[in-house]
Amino acid sequence: MYNKTVMDHFRNPRNVGVIEDADGVGEVGNPLCGDMMTIYLKIKDEQIEDIKFQTFGCGSAIAVSSMITEIAKGKSLAEAKKLTNKDVAAALEGLPKNKLHCSNLGADALQLAIQDYEDRKAGVKRPQPIRKEKHEHSHGQKCYCPYCDIEILPDTTFCDACQSSLEEEH
Amino acid sequence: MKVINLDHISAKPLLPEVKKAMIEAIERDYHNPSSQHKSGEEAAAQLQNAREAAARLLNCKTPKEIVFTSGGTESVNHAIKGVAMANEDRGKHIITSNIEHNAVIRSLRRLKSAGFTVTSLAVDSEGRVKPKDVANAITKETILVSVMHSNNETGTIQPIEEIGKITREKRVIFHSDAVDSVGVLPMDVQALGVDLLSFAANTFYGPTGVGGLYVRRGTRIFPLLDGGVQENNKRAGAENLVGIIGAGKAAELAVRDMDQRLAHLRALKNRLITEFPKYIDEYIINTHPEYSLPNLVSISIKYIEGESVMLMLDDANIAVSTRSACATGSLRASHVLLSLGLSHADAQGTLVISFGIDNTEADIDTFLKALKEVVTTLRDISPLYQKASK
Repeated sequence: MYNKTVMDHFRNPRNVGVIEDADGVGEVGNPLCGDMMTIYLKIKDEQIEDIKFQTFGCGSAIAVSSMITEIAKGKSLAEAKKLTNKDVAAALEGLPKNKLHCSNLGADALQLAIQDYEDRKAGVKRPQPIRKEKHEHSHGQKCYCPYCDIEILPDTTFCDACQSSLEEEH
Repeated sequence: MKVINLDHISAKPLLPEVKKAMIEAIERDYHNPSSQHKSGEEAAAQLQNAREAAARLLNCKTPKEIVFTSGGTESVNHAIKGVAMANEDRGKHIITSNIEHNAVIRSLRRLKSAGFTVTSLAVDSEGRVKPKDVANAITKETILVSVMHSNNETGTIQPIEEIGKITREKRVIFHSDAVDSVGVLPMDVQALGVDLLSFAANTFYGPTGVGGLYVRRGTRIFPLLDGGVQENNKRAGAENLVGIIGAGKAAELAVRDMDQRLAHLRALKNRLITEFPKYIDEYIINTHPEYSLPNLVSISIKYIEGESVMLMLDDANIAVSTRSACATGSLRASHVLLSLGLSHADAQGTLVISFGIDNTEADIDTFLKALKEVVTTLRDISPLYQKASK
């Protein structure tokens, strides 16, 4: 089901843990399945000196968390801000299609952690958003099921491929 | 290395005697049982033997009440759609429960789009349908009640006998999806009061791709497959005789060994449940303490996710099944677990451990030791565990 790189990061996750005196913390949750990912940052000279994660989720979610910490470690904040979930999936040499959206939260958690660091520095307090599935993902002109990423008709209320009801998201 | 199979709900091994019977059947290369010459009659005799064995397994009044099918899914589709089509002049209302298998749910979804109405009953906190709810839901329009015998995710057994009394009194056709019960538990269609009962041969160590539908004599039902007059005009198409011979052999052995198997499975289940707390804390058992299958335990382990557990146990050569949303095609939490009142997070940590007659108590101990390590590893990574232990 998963490729070798994903299984390696799942079996031997890098940078697991908590940074007690973190400079920034980012937490994302998927309200549909209950998965959760937390990233802790230690910043020095606008660079990610240390990064750790904790994840409650499937094999892919754990591998994604491990990979984002490995990519981000040592990067400048400017570089890290450019990292996307796509970069993580590419570094993992691909994820199963149906896992692309639900478990690929690593970059989102990282960006929230960077924002948290910058907010703290600027003295801003803002509640962290809980991630919510959008009802459609548009790649170009087409619509895709948010649960399995299979192409769907624009006005459909039901995904034929994974049998998910899409009504509540409309 | 040998894999310990604690995922018998997904597949059970063929018994050696069943394998032997099927290989012999292939080598004999039987003719078509519908043919009237000698070769055909030889084949028909084999078919009749298998039908009699299946009829004994269910305590049918006559072997004619058994229709062989391609498995549990076809049986369920046949029962529901066949009754709906044959009885729609009498009414278009069907009653079911919230915890049925997808074969039932999606058959009914299909009927809804054809103008039928469906009442789906909630279960109580222990996962059982209340017979009184069935009685209250029946209207003049009701033509069918379909409630499963045992649930494939939790192993919880439904009060079929009590529902059967109600449907008989109200003259409504009653189907039970008993795919996970037939061949595991003693089943008696007379005592259960069902008109239709679906079963699958693999549940009792027969081949996959073969199952059956019990159809009480006099039940109004159309075939799902139209064509020839095979299976007493209820299921067209030349029979899968090799598979059916295997199913018949498996049924015969299930009757013969039932008590011995039950004792073995109950001992394994008891060991798992009593030993579990010695290895792992903070979990929920979703299986009914009294009304449940002897070969299945559903456990939700807190703060961790089931697919991760399954993958790590796989590395330790132990096969289990999970009901985590992450491991399903739809990536949604199981409707059965949510019906029990489980939170999404708790449902995520659900393992289904299902044993067979090939398991030993040592398998259970090996599993628990491996599981303890896996749970510790995953809880160390889990932010939920971190929060809960603060």
